[in-house]
Amino acid sequence: MLRAVGAPSLDELVRVPDALALRAPVAVTPQLSESEIAARFASFAARTTAGGYTSFLGAGAYRHYVPPVVGALAMRGEFLTSYTPYQAEVSQGYLQAIYEWQSYIALLTGLDVANASVYDGATALAEAVIMAVHATGRKGVLVSRAVHPNYRAVLHTYAAGLELTVDELPYAPDGRTDTSSLGAALADQRYAAVVVQTPNFFGAIDPLPPEDAAAAAATGTIAIGVVAEALALAALATPASWGARIAVGEAQSFGNAVAYGGPHVGFIAAGNEHLRRIPGRLVGKSVDAQGRPAYVLTLQAREQHIRREKATSNICTNQAHCALCATIYLAAMGSTGLRDCAALNVARTRELRDAVTAIGGFSTRFAAPVFNEVAIRVPGRAGGVLDALEQRGIVGGLDLGRFYPELGDTILMTATELTTAADIARVAGALAEVDVRAAARV
Amino acid sequence: MAQPAGLLYSKEHEWVKVDGDVATVGITEYAQASLGDIVYVELPRIGASLEQFASIGVVESVKAVSDIFTPVGGEVIAINDAIDADPALVNREPYGGGWFYQVKLADVTQTGELMSAEQYDRLISEA
Repeated sequence: MLRAVGAPSLDELVRVPDALALRAPVAVTPQLSESEIAARFASFAARTTAGGYTSFLGAGAYRHYVPPVVGALAMRGEFLTSYTPYQAEVSQGYLQAIYEWQSYIALLTGLDVANASVYDGATALAEAVIMAVHATGRKGVLVSRAVHPNYRAVLHTYAAGLELTVDELPYAPDGRTDTSSLGAALADQRYAAVVVQTPNFFGAIDPLPPEDAAAAAATGTIAIGVVAEALALAALATPASWGARIAVGEAQSFGNAVAYGGPHVGFIAAGNEHLRRIPGRLVGKSVDAQGRPAYVLTLQAREQHIRREKATSNICTNQAHCALCATIYLAAMGSTGLRDCAALNVARTRELRDAVTAIGGFSTRFAAPVFNEVAIRVPGRAGGVLDALEQRGIVGGLDLGRFYPELGDTILMTATELTTAADIARVAGALAEVDVRAAARV
Repeated sequence: MAQPAGLLYSKEHEWVKVDGDVATVGITEYAQASLGDIVYVELPRIGASLEQFASIGVVESVKAVSDIFTPVGGEVIAINDAIDADPALVNREPYGGGWFYQVKLADVTQTGELMSAEQYDRLISEA
């Protein structure tokens, strides 16, 4: 072999040129013990966590208490190692968990049926719109500008490929969707769906008014309700009760921690008339040959396996583990616990709003009632105020100017059951200082 | 197997009953027997414009999912809501209560490409 390639020896063949040869050992940390490695990595982790900060940031990802029972059960090997099951009926435990998740979502939304979950709230919205487009044969979608901007961006991405027209409804001075132009828009019968979010991106409770929901139904337009903060479902009227026939959203608030924006878990619920168009998986309860309860995948869109060229969705799986965490959370909280928790969010948010708006120069931006988020108008630019808070160890909220140029003086602040009276006093104190400085600069 | 006379038939096992410029469409006895228990029929929307022989809907049975290839083109003027609530009606009465939809024919001469009961009988006896 060496003769064939013309090399005198193996060493000569693989010789590293002198200029590139290593002449001294590489300076790496010497071998560490396991405990030393653990300590070292903990120090790395400390550099990238928000430990020590007080946060009032929400805007689609919410910090809620996760009872230890969620981790204790969800981390069991039988659950933790299963991806969404492929040989589905063998995994009866997992199917039962998904069935329970579907039942909770149907209960919370007031609708007939829910699927096994999808990636997140934004994709759930896009899938709901696709359902409406196929149900109506129409290519237009009417979306409130007060729907989460990220959700709308994802919808636009899907809409481009499907050649859908997405039109927007403006928001009114009180922070709710301005539906004054809706009647005329619906009369054209061009819209497959009208989409509103409640609580909306400004925190305002914003269901479709009953007369508008009735007008949509009468003109064949499907009302879609979006929920980015699922805990609000425990406090507000269900989407079905105000006329939504499809409800979609994000269930991260139920037992899933905020972790750099993910992973989240989306839900889709609908009236029975849309049963056949719901994407992804649906678990049903049946009986086996001996008459014992048995969970099965049912009504899975046939396009998923055998008629792929006719598929209306690429959703084949579900967000099984996050949905499991949500299911355990809901079971642990119970309806009373969930309602109490939601009420606590409302109370804390009122305390936050009152404390902040008591400071000169700070006011409530919108008059509409809110759940656990409130838009606060600040003196000067929102970005400047948030920077000043961050220097004081406080993540003050979201600069709404990032998504709404006209709201560059407005911060979206969130309070949950984890927000303490001390946290509120701390941010109010910091804002009072910021205000003094801003005033001094003028 | 004798097919009802007076109807026209397609290779895809649909029947057509023409009355003036209105055609009623369903699937044949042979089709329903081959499919087995029918659980769902997806029909076109009223007002939809159908092109002859295009795939315009779906019949789903416990063992198969099949396209409906419309044997006639035109505008859909009626659909049979009864089979949505009771898809087995198609198994029980394929030529009666289990009809699918009605179209206003775009062109009455297009039925020339369809078969008579006798011709269709021959087709399925060869199958």
